[in-house]
Amino acid sequence: MKIFGIPIFPDQASTFAKDVDALYFFIIAVSAFFAIAVAIAVIYFGIRYRKTHDGEIGARIEGNLPLELLWSVIPTIIAMVMFGWGASVYFHLRRPPAEAMHIYAVGKQWMWKFQHLEGQREINELHIPAGRPVKITISSEDVLHSLFFPAFRTKMDAIPGRYTELWFDAQTPGSYHIFCAEYCGTNHAGMIGTVTVMEPAQYQAWLQGGGMEGTLAQRGAKQFNDLACSTCHLDSGQGRGPSLHDIVGKPVELQDGSTVVVDEAYLRESILNSQAKVVKGFQPLMPTFQGLISEENLVALIEHVKSLSPNATTAPATTPAPAAPPAEKK
Amino acid sequence: MLDKLKIPERHYLNNGHGLASWLLTKDHKRIAIMYLISISVMFFLGGLFAVGIRLELATPQGDFVQADTYNKFFTMHGIIMVFFFLIPSIPAVLGNFLIPPMIGAKDLAFPRINLLSLYLLWFGAIFATVAMVSGGVDTGWTFYTPYSTTGSNSHVVPMALGIFIAGFSSILTGLNFIVTIHRMRAPGMTWFRLPLFVWAHYATSLIQVLGTPVVAITIVMVGVERALGFGIFDPARGGDPVLFQHLFWFYSHPAVYIMILPALGVMSELISTFSRKTIFGYSFVAFSSLAIAVFGFIVWAHHMFVAGISTYAAMVFSFLSFSVAIPSAVKVFNWTATLYKGAISFETPMLYAYGFMGLFAIGGLTGLFLATLGLDIHLHDTYFVVSHFHYIMVGGAIMGYMGGLHFWWPKMTGRMYSEFFSRISAILVFVGFNLTFFPQFVVGYLGMPRRYHSYPDEFQVLNVMSSAGASVLGLGYFLPVITCCGR
Repeated sequence: MKIFGIPIFPDQASTFAKDVDALYFFIIAVSAFFAIAVAIAVIYFGIRYRKTHDGEIGARIEGNLPLELLWSVIPTIIAMVMFGWGASVYFHLRRPPAEAMHIYAVGKQWMWKFQHLEGQREINELHIPAGRPVKITISSEDVLHSLFFPAFRTKMDAIPGRYTELWFDAQTPGSYHIFCAEYCGTNHAGMIGTVTVMEPAQYQAWLQGGGMEGTLAQRGAKQFNDLACSTCHLDSGQGRGPSLHDIVGKPVELQDGSTVVVDEAYLRESILNSQAKVVKGFQPLMPTFQGLISEENLVALIEHVKSLSPNATTAPATTPAPAAPPAEKK
Repeated sequence: MLDKLKIPERHYLNNGHGLASWLLTKDHKRIAIMYLISISVMFFLGGLFAVGIRLELATPQGDFVQADTYNKFFTMHGIIMVFFFLIPSIPAVLGNFLIPPMIGAKDLAFPRINLLSLYLLWFGAIFATVAMVSGGVDTGWTFYTPYSTTGSNSHVVPMALGIFIAGFSSILTGLNFIVTIHRMRAPGMTWFRLPLFVWAHYATSLIQVLGTPVVAITIVMVGVERALGFGIFDPARGGDPVLFQHLFWFYSHPAVYIMILPALGVMSELISTFSRKTIFGYSFVAFSSLAIAVFGFIVWAHHMFVAGISTYAAMVFSFLSFSVAIPSAVKVFNWTATLYKGAISFETPMLYAYGFMGLFAIGGLTGLFLATLGLDIHLHDTYFVVSHFHYIMVGGAIMGYMGGLHFWWPKMTGRMYSEFFSRISAILVFVGFNLTFFPQFVVGYLGMPRRYHSYPDEFQVLNVMSSAGASVLGLGYFLPVITCCGR
């Protein structure tokens, strides 16, 4: 939206956009009300009670307890309304629906790399279908970055050593900015890209256009063999490592007796720091792959492991997605 | 009347003229004057870097300086302004000068430590200057890891050392104020007779003493990780990069109140003086200072809503963040009520006070946007944030500093400033400030991230407005220097 040719309001291209904007306008209205009320009072008093002669002094008013309690309580109530509304929008923003399409993003000085499950890989470009929830799992190869889609009103930091995620449901086909919002060094301002929201049919056509290397999971399967994971993780479960079939989304018992649910964060940790949480009944024999595998290949490998559990619809990352409330649990 | 007010023959300004008589003084007033000169130099330096930033952003291409140079500009601007200007400004200059006479003491409790804290600020500034002239630092004043520990190839370690040393200056000043206010009040000067300026400094000192050691340790950790390869923050060595943010903001959020609380104290004095009334609701205003200081310590993670902290932690910190809004609102309402039925006159300090109320209100209210979870996700690390904290830290703290400096200038120097030019400068600062920073709210909501050396074309008009406003603001800040030196 523009006034006199000056843009003052960003595109609303996702389902969040109008929720976030409604909140924005509400707080603007409240702020404007208080700012204008105080401004009018201050200016009016300044004129009305202007000192007119030397030696004039003001009325002696020490305070007024009911009044002060009133103007402590009213802002508190208004603040609580803002908090509640903001928190509900945030809950929605942070909880991807189970059927969301999944994409991986890796931040690197100074580019965004995106990987589609179907195999397409893009740099500083992202193609997505309109009207379908998209979940992006984010990591970083070096320093902090932050994946920011202003038109979708969402962003999330890319943190080396862990997965974060964001999701959105882009509604309006078009091209929008992708920014890096966390300062990441010399070319921080150059770490920008374009997200193209396409009609679903167009998107399907686009998907067919590339992807000569096979799907992400297929690339992961190749990694699985290249890194000799397959020599220990036998399907039969008789290998030196546990079978990886049908494990994702399920709890697994560890050596120390505790259990973890197998998700992306656990898989990531087990590959990079294999001694951390060893499955009960196995020896801590697996080498660590820290520094030996790139973030991109890591997600391919994880995607391969996930493909071995066809019944698990989704495996949310432990950090930082919240547990779904019981009503929505599947 | 004037005869009775004649300055005594020997006073702190002419009590010895040699360099040694100043550098070895234990007089809080002389130390305050030396602080005034030191931080004025710092303000000028920090302002120069701001000029560089605004020049660069006048065009979208980033054609004034290289990206690396620009990154060093905003880093140096931030470091100098925060650690070497805003944090010492009101406490070290006005607080040092005024707290003893306001409570009826001859000097601060520890005059030698007072001089030491000035020297520590100088030593810190020397290290910072060495880092600056030997190539600068490009991490941003926040030193986020792992960029500061492994990514950046600039002079992080000497700069960290400079900030570490300057931190002790802040701690010692706070300690000195606390002891002085507790132990050296004249008979009959009870807590609830203290000027609100003193209350504000008491609250500030609590933050300085409790918070600054945390950032000092944190910055040491960055230094050793960088120099010796420790793995505190490096995920490849088992560290946690987000841990740095928790430690850093645990101090640096309260640090905002080190800058703003003294300004709030100055305001309470100015508004009641120039409306010739006692302040409305003295105890509410006094306790709101303490409340801001205390709540300031429990809101730090609102800087980290998109940094991978858990959803529930984010909700707790959002909830707590609103707690700071209440005592801040109380103060504004109380000042407004103080004006009611006053005898108001608009000398320069009162113009600054009026300007302060406007800018502080906008700065405070935009804080609500950032405390609100759903909205902060979009606004975080955009120019909206830049604008918000400039409204508070520059609009608030510097308006308070300038207002207070004008108000007490005759007391400090025995000379009067030019009323005419000073009023013009107060108005220029207010107008220039809003021209500079209001467009940044808009460009921030549009999505322009902060710390960008170049930017998409559609953001240009608003950036040009901002750069133009900055030149008015700069003139407004510079005018008092001319009028003071010219007389």
